[in-house]
Amino acid sequence: MKRQVPLIITFVVGTILVVSVFFPPVERMGEDFSLFFDIIAVFAFFLGGGNLVRIHGNRLYKQQKDWGFSLVTLLGFFLMLAAGLFKIGNPNGITGDVTATGSLFQTLYYRIFFPLSSTMYALLAFYVASASYRAFRAKNREATILLISAFVILLGRTPLGTYATGWIPESFSLLQIPNLAIWIMSSPNLAGQRAIMIGIALGVISMSLRLILGVERTYLGVDNE
Amino acid sequence: MNNLGLMISLLIIGVGLFWILIRSIQGREVERRIIFIFIGLAVAAPILFKISFSEKATPIVKAVYDQIEKLPANSKILISYDYDPSMAPEVGPMTDAFVRHAMAKGLRVYIMTLWATGQPLIVTAIDEIIKKEFPEKKNGVDYVNLGYKAGGSGVLNVIITDIRKMYLTDVNGVNIDSMEIMHGIRSLRDMNLLVSVGGGLPGVKEWILFAGDPGHIPTAGGCAAVTAPLLYPYYPNQLLGLLGGIKGAAEYESELKKEYPRLANAPQPGIKMMGPQTLAHLVIMAFVVIGNITYFIRKKRS
Repeated sequence: MKRQVPLIITFVVGTILVVSVFFPPVERMGEDFSLFFDIIAVFAFFLGGGNLVRIHGNRLYKQQKDWGFSLVTLLGFFLMLAAGLFKIGNPNGITGDVTATGSLFQTLYYRIFFPLSSTMYALLAFYVASASYRAFRAKNREATILLISAFVILLGRTPLGTYATGWIPESFSLLQIPNLAIWIMSSPNLAGQRAIMIGIALGVISMSLRLILGVERTYLGVDNE
Repeated sequence: MNNLGLMISLLIIGVGLFWILIRSIQGREVERRIIFIFIGLAVAAPILFKISFSEKATPIVKAVYDQIEKLPANSKILISYDYDPSMAPEVGPMTDAFVRHAMAKGLRVYIMTLWATGQPLIVTAIDEIIKKEFPEKKNGVDYVNLGYKAGGSGVLNVIITDIRKMYLTDVNGVNIDSMEIMHGIRSLRDMNLLVSVGGGLPGVKEWILFAGDPGHIPTAGGCAAVTAPLLYPYYPNQLLGLLGGIKGAAEYESELKKEYPRLANAPQPGIKMMGPQTLAHLVIMAFVVIGNITYFIRKKRS
């Protein structure tokens, strides 16, 4: 029974969602299921928050390795939660927008979260440069083609590409680096991406059918039978 | 100052890279921290010397600009801020440019986000762009902030048929039925143009798959440079145009600057950031070349 009920729910919901795309009379049911999904998605925040508190609270309580980071995580979590939940400093009071300018939530977001997130992302530039120097080698024919393409794209994404090849006459405009970059993106890249996407789509269809028909049961926490 | 700064920056970086090349040929390893210093210099110098370049819109960017340009006044455009602060420096200039363009054109702008961390970015855009640069525009008449709803692509699945199933109020709790801007709007199908800016999931791709394509609604996008290649298969039939990375934003800003004298003095972060991006790309390319020269020399010796 513990297994059959989820399997029946998966079968019914999956079938209706597929059928609703092709048969207008059941379209409404598909919309309702989408709405149910959105409501359930809200509970993911509760689950996520609860899980975060449980894991870091446990580490803090047992004073495991790096418990100091857990303390910072929990303090940050509860501070943001309180700022958002009680709308502290919100100019429009408790009924106003949680992210209104002047609120504590907005202040914390822009003074702490924003610069930290941007910094983490910006660090990528340094690691990309380091990795390029160490790993991007023309070891064989395929790697050389990749290297040349990367150079064209890198130059094409800057005005230098235009300055360097702008003198090439219009009749040979494809040889201008920006146009060459566009061609790489819209021809070889496009072909590769489409092939990958079609492959993924076929895989998704196959996996969905396995789920709907109850063949794939790993989401229930059990192996295939 | 601009040219002098550029020359000084290129000279310092060039001499430094030549020194690294000599060391590499001698068989000495280049430490990671030296590479980091060069990238830091390449990014900092154009900011300090205010180095910028002129841009010209490529067809994929111009297509978005032209689509907005040909919309008559009071047309409805929905802009979705599908990103968080980590991506904001790269894709934020795009949303800023779209909002400025739509406001200058007199379009009705509906703003929302599929990312929980995107809502404060909308509030800031409204405060810093609409309220300051277009004080004549009114909330609820010319624009509305619908904010964030959980569910990702599930939200799109619902609002493609009925917006009110997800949004009964705007972010300030005002009933959307009391707003002039929402009169006659039942679903996304009533929009003249959808614009999603983002680089993750849900993002531009989900807007195409769950809203633009099934609803036959013109859809445009903006995304981080690394995501752009994934979206080319949808262009130009399902995605009418795309701004990829800072370059896309800079091209769009240059078009706006050219056509709208009112926006000539507006901030142009995209154009500003092209200086650091250009030099950083050059440095990365130089390191790839040096790395390969070292590789072949060592291979020959061994």
